[in-house]
Amino acid sequence: MPIKLPFSGRRQSHPTDLWTQCPDCQEMLYNKQLDKNQRICPRCGHHFRLRVDARIGQLLDRDSFREQDAGLESVDMLGFVDQKPYPERLEAARKGTGVRDAAVWGTGTMSGTRVAICVMDFAFMGGSMGTVVGEKVTRAAEYALSERLPLIIISASGGARMQEGTLSLMQLAKTVAALGRLADAGVPFISVMTDPTTGGVFASFSALGDVNLAEPKALIGFAGARVAAGTISESLPEGFQRAEFLFEHGFIDMVVPRPRLRETIVGLLRYLRAATVVPDKSGSNGSSPMSRPLSYLESLTGREPKEAVHG
Amino acid sequence: MAEQPAVTVAAENRAALVADQEELRNAVWGRVQLARNVHRPHTLELLRLMATDIIELHGDRLFRDDPAVVGGFCKIDGRRAVFVGHQKGDEVNENVRRNFGMPHPEGYRKAIRLYRLAERLQLPVVTFVDTPGAFPGPASEERGVAEAIARSIQVMAGLRTPIVTVITGEGGSGGALALAVGDVVIALENAVYSVISPEGAASILWRSPDYAQQAAVAMRMTAAEQLALRVIDEVVPEPAGGAHDHPDETARALRARIAYHLDALAGRDRRTLLDARYARYRRMGEFVTITSAGEAKQERGGWAERIRQFLESGRAAIVGDGVGTLPTDTDLDEDDVPLREDV
Repeated sequence: MPIKLPFSGRRQSHPTDLWTQCPDCQEMLYNKQLDKNQRICPRCGHHFRLRVDARIGQLLDRDSFREQDAGLESVDMLGFVDQKPYPERLEAARKGTGVRDAAVWGTGTMSGTRVAICVMDFAFMGGSMGTVVGEKVTRAAEYALSERLPLIIISASGGARMQEGTLSLMQLAKTVAALGRLADAGVPFISVMTDPTTGGVFASFSALGDVNLAEPKALIGFAGARVAAGTISESLPEGFQRAEFLFEHGFIDMVVPRPRLRETIVGLLRYLRAATVVPDKSGSNGSSPMSRPLSYLESLTGREPKEAVHG
Repeated sequence: MAEQPAVTVAAENRAALVADQEELRNAVWGRVQLARNVHRPHTLELLRLMATDIIELHGDRLFRDDPAVVGGFCKIDGRRAVFVGHQKGDEVNENVRRNFGMPHPEGYRKAIRLYRLAERLQLPVVTFVDTPGAFPGPASEERGVAEAIARSIQVMAGLRTPIVTVITGEGGSGGALALAVGDVVIALENAVYSVISPEGAASILWRSPDYAQQAAVAMRMTAAEQLALRVIDEVVPEPAGGAHDHPDETARALRARIAYHLDALAGRDRRTLLDARYARYRRMGEFVTITSAGEAKQERGGWAERIRQFLESGRAAIVGDGVGTLPTDTDLDEDDVPLREDV
């Protein structure tokens, strides 16, 4: 990996076999070869899911990533027990994946352009969004706003995390409200949907990019396909809830194969710069009160770790 | 880790606990059923009882009029407002026409249109929430129900006029939240609010919809618990038999509280209003920060812990043993991690 993230033990705790079978074409793929090919099946082009470190390594300039708020961990607000208590599930997920929760955010550069980026990891409890994921997306958006950096969010999630109940649901509002302020201030946001992007994540920040991108054949939808099928007697349309289906229906700008994702985003960033109008000339409030950072955000910026920036 | 150990139960207390759990399950499930009661007064019924000069508006100007979402102008105790709400029917044909209160994307786009209108007219918005969820069918997906919900949430979050939200019945997931991003969120006593339906949660987490009652308990979906979690701000009591027993009494109680909050919000300047609304959702949820020394630093001075203990008091932990036969972990397919919302 070109970057080093503070994840420990992932390699050791994942004793992977040497071979992986492609779920699409059934070809047996040599894992090293698969990794070298950005985890895309060389035979049929199936995109395997990416862990967060691999994703960041593929997208950002070498060694440019600086993770923020790495220490955030979920707590069990509800005392939630299904077949297992939630804290045990969290602990198992942390041990199994080497990450603290299902999202990582930080800053980095893409072909020299500084960006704020948040990447989700499906391996951690299905990429589900609880308070920590919502907090990281929100902090990434707030940081992007205060620094006027383009924001990129790579989604991979089954939806809201049930174990945090309505507090997970409230993350939809929290993240979307932050993105609203970003949009009002003219700071761009690129949403990249990968397999899968469903439920409350698709129904909040993922759907709201100034530009929405998706990886080929990624499952993207609001309701589980079984639920959707159950509501009608007929069968589902061909390619239902796949990236190409959403493209056809006008919710995605481009379906981008993984090897072209970085250059596509870099190309977009040449156009998607933060608007230069910052009407906060000393004393004047500007004509639009929404286009300057609001007082609440100003109080937050002191909390964000400052970092030594870019190369 | 940062967690307290799960509540441990002495053997001699276990029988009592099992009885408590049954009682608890029945109590919670009773409220879920009241919230879903077909005779419960819905948005238009409540409005007719509490408001005057009601003018309903129709259509999203893009595709069609969604009967599952109603909206328009009304006067609540003399205060002019724009209302938007889910609408169920109280008998079969009407319920089918209303799609059981499950909106398609056009329902949310109608709502967005009305929010914008309210903003332009500087009228406050009152929303009424009562839906099992957004409609999950192919037509809904094709027209972008997720985008419509996300957009509605975003418009509400930044709307430059006051918003009072009332959860009157079922607050079902994103389809409910899309009408529920208020400055103040109040709920009727027997209303429920959850991230997924209890049946959906049971299907995913317990692998069987038969565990819906356990899921309802675990998700803390009753109005009282949502108040403790500060997801809602106030609970309005219902008549003894539930809202459907005395709709007029229910509407009267609601009217007073809506009017109170409309008045309280009316005086705020727009910046203060928007900052407070942003802060209301910004604080939702709880987490800890693990320091470099490996300690868990609590946010807001252990507030989460206090809330949890508060929730825990008067309620036993829902432990697996003694509650009949739960499927074991080995029954679970490891590849298909059952840890996420899937509806």
